[in-house]
Amino acid sequence: MPKTLRRPSVSLSHLIVPLLALLVIVIFNVIHDPSFFSVSLVVNNSGNTVLSGNLVSILNGASELAILAMGMTIVTAASGGQDISVGAGAAIAGSVFVKVIKSGNSSLGLILFAFLACCLAIMLFGAFNGALVAIFKIQPMIATLILFTAGRSIAYWVNGGATPTVSGDLLGYLGGFFPGMPVPTPVFIVIATGALFALALKFTNLRLYVQAVGINSTSSRLNGINTTWIKLLSFIILAACVAIAGVIRVCRLGLINHETILLDIEMDAILAVAIGGNALSGGKFSLAGSVIGAYVIQALTTTLYALKVPSNAVKSYKAIVIIALVAVGSPVIKKLLVKARDSFLLKRKAAGGAS
Amino acid sequence: MTKNKSKQPLSDTIFLLRITVCTFFGMYILAMLIWGGGFLNPQQFLDMFNNNAALIIISCALSIVMVAGGIDISVGGIITLSSMSCVVLLDDGSSSVFMALLLSLGIGAAFGLVQGLLISYLEIQPFIITLAGMFFAKGMTTIVSATPRTAANPEFLALKGLRIKLPFLGSYGKAGNFIPSTIELGVVIALAVVAIVFLVLRWSRFGRNLYAIGGNSQSALMLGINVKRSRFFSYLLCGVLAGVAGFVYLLHTGSGDAANAAGAEMEAIAASIIGGTLLTGGVGNVIGTLFGALSLKTITSIVIASGLREPYWQKITTGAMLCLFILLQSIVLARRGKGQLALPQWLKIGAGKKE
Amino acid sequence: MPGEIALSMKGVSKSFPGVRALQNVDFSLRSGEIHALMGENGAGKSTLIKVLTGVYSGDSGEIKLGGKSVIIKSPQGAQEIGISTVYQEITLCPNLTVAENIYIGRGKKAFVNWRWMEKGAASILERFQIPVKATQQLAKCSIAVQQMVAIARAVDMDCKVLILDEPTSSLDEQEVLKLFGLMRDLKSRGVGIIFVTHFLDQVYEVCDRITVLRNGELVGEYEIKDLPRVELVSKMMGKELDEISQIASPGEKKFEGEPVYEALGLSSASGVKPFDFFIKKGEVNGFTGLLGSGRSESVRAIFGADKIIGGKVKINGKEAKISSPIQAMKQGIGYLPEDRKSDGIIDDLSVRDNIIVALQVMKGFFRPFSKSEAERFADTYIEALGIKTASKNTPIKSLSGGNQQKVILARWLLTNPQYLILDEPTRGIDVGTKLEIQKIVLKLAADGVCVTFISSEIEEMLRTCSRLIVMRDRNVAGELLGSELTQDHIMRTIAGEVK
Repeated sequence: MPKTLRRPSVSLSHLIVPLLALLVIVIFNVIHDPSFFSVSLVVNNSGNTVLSGNLVSILNGASELAILAMGMTIVTAASGGQDISVGAGAAIAGSVFVKVIKSGNSSLGLILFAFLACCLAIMLFGAFNGALVAIFKIQPMIATLILFTAGRSIAYWVNGGATPTVSGDLLGYLGGFFPGMPVPTPVFIVIATGALFALALKFTNLRLYVQAVGINSTSSRLNGINTTWIKLLSFIILAACVAIAGVIRVCRLGLINHETILLDIEMDAILAVAIGGNALSGGKFSLAGSVIGAYVIQALTTTLYALKVPSNAVKSYKAIVIIALVAVGSPVIKKLLVKARDSFLLKRKAAGGAS
Repeated sequence: MTKNKSKQPLSDTIFLLRITVCTFFGMYILAMLIWGGGFLNPQQFLDMFNNNAALIIISCALSIVMVAGGIDISVGGIITLSSMSCVVLLDDGSSSVFMALLLSLGIGAAFGLVQGLLISYLEIQPFIITLAGMFFAKGMTTIVSATPRTAANPEFLALKGLRIKLPFLGSYGKAGNFIPSTIELGVVIALAVVAIVFLVLRWSRFGRNLYAIGGNSQSALMLGINVKRSRFFSYLLCGVLAGVAGFVYLLHTGSGDAANAAGAEMEAIAASIIGGTLLTGGVGNVIGTLFGALSLKTITSIVIASGLREPYWQKITTGAMLCLFILLQSIVLARRGKGQLALPQWLKIGAGKKE
Repeated sequence: MPGEIALSMKGVSKSFPGVRALQNVDFSLRSGEIHALMGENGAGKSTLIKVLTGVYSGDSGEIKLGGKSVIIKSPQGAQEIGISTVYQEITLCPNLTVAENIYIGRGKKAFVNWRWMEKGAASILERFQIPVKATQQLAKCSIAVQQMVAIARAVDMDCKVLILDEPTSSLDEQEVLKLFGLMRDLKSRGVGIIFVTHFLDQVYEVCDRITVLRNGELVGEYEIKDLPRVELVSKMMGKELDEISQIASPGEKKFEGEPVYEALGLSSASGVKPFDFFIKKGEVNGFTGLLGSGRSESVRAIFGADKIIGGKVKINGKEAKISSPIQAMKQGIGYLPEDRKSDGIIDDLSVRDNIIVALQVMKGFFRPFSKSEAERFADTYIEALGIKTASKNTPIKSLSGGNQQKVILARWLLTNPQYLILDEPTRGIDVGTKLEIQKIVLKLAADGVCVTFISSEIEEMLRTCSRLIVMRDRNVAGELLGSELTQDHIMRTIAGEVK
């Protein structure tokens, strides 16, 4: 065997890029305007005492994105591609949710029922995407392009083209704050979703199967893994995330606008996955990385707003930061860094040997 | 060992091209037979080109990149940005149309240059880079001008109003007078682009290198192809063509708007796919892409002709058509021995491969 | 008639993050000679070749071509100065035509002349007697034809140095002979050929000199007549070798009782004709035949890896349904696939995960092993099989070929199979590991496991198997046992001279 210089460090190295990005944003804000981080208690319109400030709005605002990023990570890992129909899917989910809510008074039971209904509907679409990918061996981006194109029109059709509003205390609580609770509810929903994922990863072989299928599908099949089912499952899991994200957004706004709800969120979700250090070509994955990625994106957006950048131009700045981020994390730059470190270590070793 | 086959199997590229061309003509002829009317008017046929010249150009541009196994979703954004910038430049008063064309080419080239460098030399995933490119372009558009603007430069308006009459084609008006069919300048440019891209992909060493890279980039490297440089030039060329498309778009609409060409990149991808380009690379043909774009627009006219005038029907049918083609390609390629479909047992029709 | 030095490499070193692949290696090639480059896996052969062809750049050292010092930056650069290469894996583009694959990446012209290219390609194909049309898409050709096209391309490039990196692994005997004829022809025309192979017979058939590498270092350079086989092997392994003699032929054995596995008229969608097959407790048998004869397809059918289209299967006398790998696994069948890279390893996963995956899948999706259990399994087998790895968390892709193969073997041993299928477990791995694997097979048989063993080296099969099923044209051509198990007899059965 060739001599080994050192063991490659693998532990947590995948989280370095997203954490660094977060750190840079934080440092920038500390220098630019320390009050960026001030959190205060205010009384909102409905008389609740709630936390307010940029930190809270980052945590709160990234909720939908964080949830979608988790699902997107699983799909990316298993299929080596991305689902670009999540925004359109959320429109369908939201429309179905509103349609069911509209049929009665918004009691807890009805909300739960509506959520289940929209979950089921969107899971069917997820299964459709998954079937195209798993059974017909179509690249995920292409397969989901279909729903991306048609999804919002399907949502339009659900509510007959109207943009109905929904109201109700409970819905308001879900999208905002529960009385007496200063932390916004969507944050708890993210935590709950994350916990569900953690449990699934702990008590099933989801991670092993998904990674194996994503890395080498043929080999996985020869080891008895039902690769078709795993890919399908990944899309269904993402669909559940889409349903949750869609419902959160509907509760926040109190209405469903099929054309604008979670518009372009698929792009952000994919970015979150990439920033989180996950290879977009599939294989090993880190949910934590993707969630951090989601908060990085939201922090960036909030920072830009705080800098009084007009909302339409935010995209441009975001793009520059993203390019800088992925450039730093690119394989070529990484290789150069490793090389530099190796030659440094060798030199030090040589110097140590000489003395 | 291959047996002596009387007929040599068709290459994948040619096979998929045939399907697309047949579908287009089949669809159009069917439409002429059923709805007659507008479909029999050559002007309506030509309007399909007039209205979609920019789309045809970016579809071709995208095909170049997709053949080499890449993707560029910034093309729509480049159209938006370059058309808006041109309007602002033209309204400046002192600038000529030629300057505007140069500006538009320059913007495209700049995007292609930066994206190409990052993708080929820093080995970053093209999806992320060009996604950021799209964000950047759309954001920049609002920075260039926050409100929609219309070009008033007389020189430009003359060019915009230019109609090239086709003396041998036309229809008879109500008074029995002959109205010759016309095409816009943009169509000439678009067809020239199709011809040039066709020549480049078919006959130039650069074009063939792109096919090789798309087929297997590792092998292409071993065969002595400068993979990085070829890849870089594919993005550069794509960017420049997107710049051309921006100018052509402006020639058609005459105004700059941040909402211009929204979703054009996805339409272009769809056109390429329907035209027989595989996203995995190595298979595709720009003539197919042209017919892909035309098929996409024909189906829309058919939907309108059949009385479903709401815009959401068009999107749903576009999605359905995309779905059909994607499935068709997948089944065809699988049957031609590129690997079996993972269909469940009960769905397997006509078991066994032909060969 | 050895010519002058065509190529020399002096003091070449190359290290990768964490590994020193080449240390101060010298190598020289005369024009008009065939020079074998030998070494175990991980000895540095591939790295040396990749430095020479510009895929890697060496950290230090000098390369001289025809007496002039050259710097090779890319495969393109290597081609330009007259070094052409055929790699073990086919490095052609499947989506292009045969003609394009021969000519692409050569020449400086901006445009492609299709007619000239197709004509040129047709004449090359004819010269090499490759039965394919120049205009055909490469993906539609058989693997052997693709490899021949790669060789034709390399030879046609008017090179001074030709590198053949295990070109014979996908060729049948006829084609190998054709290749050797070609090599001798080139040699007489003054081309220097570097030949890398794992087949010792081939080395002694065509080569003039041998360079042996071990652990990234040069062992020595020898004239072929000065280095008998046994010594070559011991030089490669770095120890005296009498282990081969330790493995005795199993000889004639009788196996009693019900077959553990029995198939009647089994056939699969991959084109294997219906065949009967059985194996009894403690038996080692093998499938043999030329490449493409259906030997791999047969065992894939047994394991349910391809779509089964007919036949009955009995396990221990009871009828069973095996139409997918998981069903086979549940019946206690294990399968080590032929193509380690694409079908065997899951390359980014750790050694531990690669070991436990099959047993884990059998246990079920909802019942994962605890971390400590998994670690224990991995440790046990890393030790038992002597797998050389930095740790059990190292990704399997950073192990050498032989060690990867041991991991896959460990994966199946862990499932405690009653019937183990090993398809080419020794292909492309070093001599030492080959012997270890053969010993494991015999030990398993002694413990009552039945094993089906496939290898392209007949000697290896003779040492391990007590019964051989000979395949020809996707049919069973014969079954040999006892005194029929001689190299000569097997060859004649494969060739179709014995009924």
